[in-house]
Amino acid sequence: MSDAFVRLRDLTLSYGNTVAVPALNLDIREGELIALLGPSGCGKTTTMRAIAGLLSPTSGSIEIDGRDVTRLAANKRGIGLVFQSYALFPHLNAFENVAFGLRLQKLPEAEIRAKTEAGLATVGLTGFEARKPAEMSGGQQQRLALARSLVMEPKVLLLDEPLSNLDARLRLEMRTELQRVQKETGVTMVFVTHDQGEALAMADRIVLMRDGKIEQLGTPADLYDRPETAFAAEFMGFENILRSEGRELVSDQGRVTVGYESAAPMLAWRPGAVEIGSGPLQGRVIASSFAGGHREYVLDTALGPIKADAPVSIPEVALGETLAFDLPEGTARPLFA
Amino acid sequence: MQMRSLSTWLILGLTLTFLIGPFIIIIFAGASAGNSLAFPPDGLSLKWYLKVFTVESFRASFLLSMFLAVVGTLFALALGVPAAYALNRYKLPGDELIRTIVAAPIIVPGIIVGLALLRYLVVPLNFTVGMALFFAHTALILPYAVRVVSSSLNNLRSDMEEAAVLLGCTRVQAFFKVVLPNIRGGVLAAFILGFVTSFNQVPVSLFLSGPGVRTLPIDMLSYMEITYDPSVAALSALLAFMSVAIVFTAERLLGFSRYV
Repeated sequence: MSDAFVRLRDLTLSYGNTVAVPALNLDIREGELIALLGPSGCGKTTTMRAIAGLLSPTSGSIEIDGRDVTRLAANKRGIGLVFQSYALFPHLNAFENVAFGLRLQKLPEAEIRAKTEAGLATVGLTGFEARKPAEMSGGQQQRLALARSLVMEPKVLLLDEPLSNLDARLRLEMRTELQRVQKETGVTMVFVTHDQGEALAMADRIVLMRDGKIEQLGTPADLYDRPETAFAAEFMGFENILRSEGRELVSDQGRVTVGYESAAPMLAWRPGAVEIGSGPLQGRVIASSFAGGHREYVLDTALGPIKADAPVSIPEVALGETLAFDLPEGTARPLFA
Repeated sequence: MQMRSLSTWLILGLTLTFLIGPFIIIIFAGASAGNSLAFPPDGLSLKWYLKVFTVESFRASFLLSMFLAVVGTLFALALGVPAAYALNRYKLPGDELIRTIVAAPIIVPGIIVGLALLRYLVVPLNFTVGMALFFAHTALILPYAVRVVSSSLNNLRSDMEEAAVLLGCTRVQAFFKVVLPNIRGGVLAAFILGFVTSFNQVPVSLFLSGPGVRTLPIDMLSYMEITYDPSVAALSALLAFMSVAIVFTAERLLGFSRYV
């Protein structure tokens, strides 16, 4: 891709003798909001720290805006990072926190004042100038940290688990806020998260990582509807993954015969894609819970536990009773790895 | 119930007697109108409290003790703050050993430290007694400096420095602009603790005295051997007041006890 703004080439990152990220290649476009998604220990935070310059790569290169910054010190890269803990300066008030980086640039006082006020206004913190971070709520601290990075007009803004320290309501608000700020400023944003919901809702593209490698890269729709591997499928909520051998579906617990033969070695179904109430397969209800629009069942079957969502139109089936169901080929996502 | 409250009061009373009793005895022994150190005093007067200020050797030794306490503590902080920082932020090889060595001067009895310094610094290396005293006091304060500053560094997240670096600071600037302002309470606490420790130090200084070079406590000891008058008690009381005033002010200003 020639329009890459951030370009990682064979980037290898290690802690001591442990290789956390082996030879990563990734292109990020200018103005893009990209999510590094994966379980803890997958290398997403490590990758982010390397882009920021807080971690030197063992080998490979990082290019930003056409310039190789692999050996450039963190304070010269022009990259912003909003830390998971916000890392605000507790001895400075909100104004001085935001002005911190501008003062280092030795800008004229009037310019510092104007930029700081504008930065605070962008995140809706006008009027909070004199507050110390400890006197602000979690959401306000988060926005303060964002403003502190934004006023530096970074080439790339990195966010480490930006929503993880907020309660559910604020999380939703901040999600919209981050997207708005990104659209307004046009800054290239890379955020790290372990929450697929967050990544799906916010990102233009998602980089799903596993063991330091990219498992799958694509738009939220790509990942949600078309996971390519069992790992990606499981991460995206395909909770029933089975091997397909001839006309049989196989799990570690057993095998059943179905009426079709799949070209893919594995098939995956979301709980909602399992047909319930009729079908050639049988399962005993071992857990059941009401989830508003549907009812979630866990069935004990010859294939082990199968998770299935039933529409509320189907009468509730009591625990211990047997339910007929089907794993139809039409609703399955074929997986080749 | 009655018994329990009685024994509580008894224990409290005894504790206070043993803690504060000597202090009260000293105050009154110094305020004696008589000519020898005695308790209860023969009448009350402030003449010994005034006489303290006229004794020439007390003035010289007070200045030396002040110098050792202030400059020695500053020196120990100049060494101790970076040491505490390094031990805190980096995984150093042998850091446990370094911590032990740094703590050694308070674990090893002062008498031994004093003798060792005399035998191996002053005698063979021709150190002056003043220099040896300065070294000894700096080394004695260092453990407190490292310890107190370490505990306030522990409460400071390291990502704050990374944030400062990403905003354009060098590592050194980040230390002065972000770390130091946030541990200043700990540094001040270490200073006060170091000052008091150095000022009250006896066993090490005992070995490191020479003609005209004596710290105040040592000078008081030798004064008492010759002149057994209440001025030593008066001076002790004044010094105790000074220590109490310093610690009290520190506690009021920055919650000193949080750091110690």
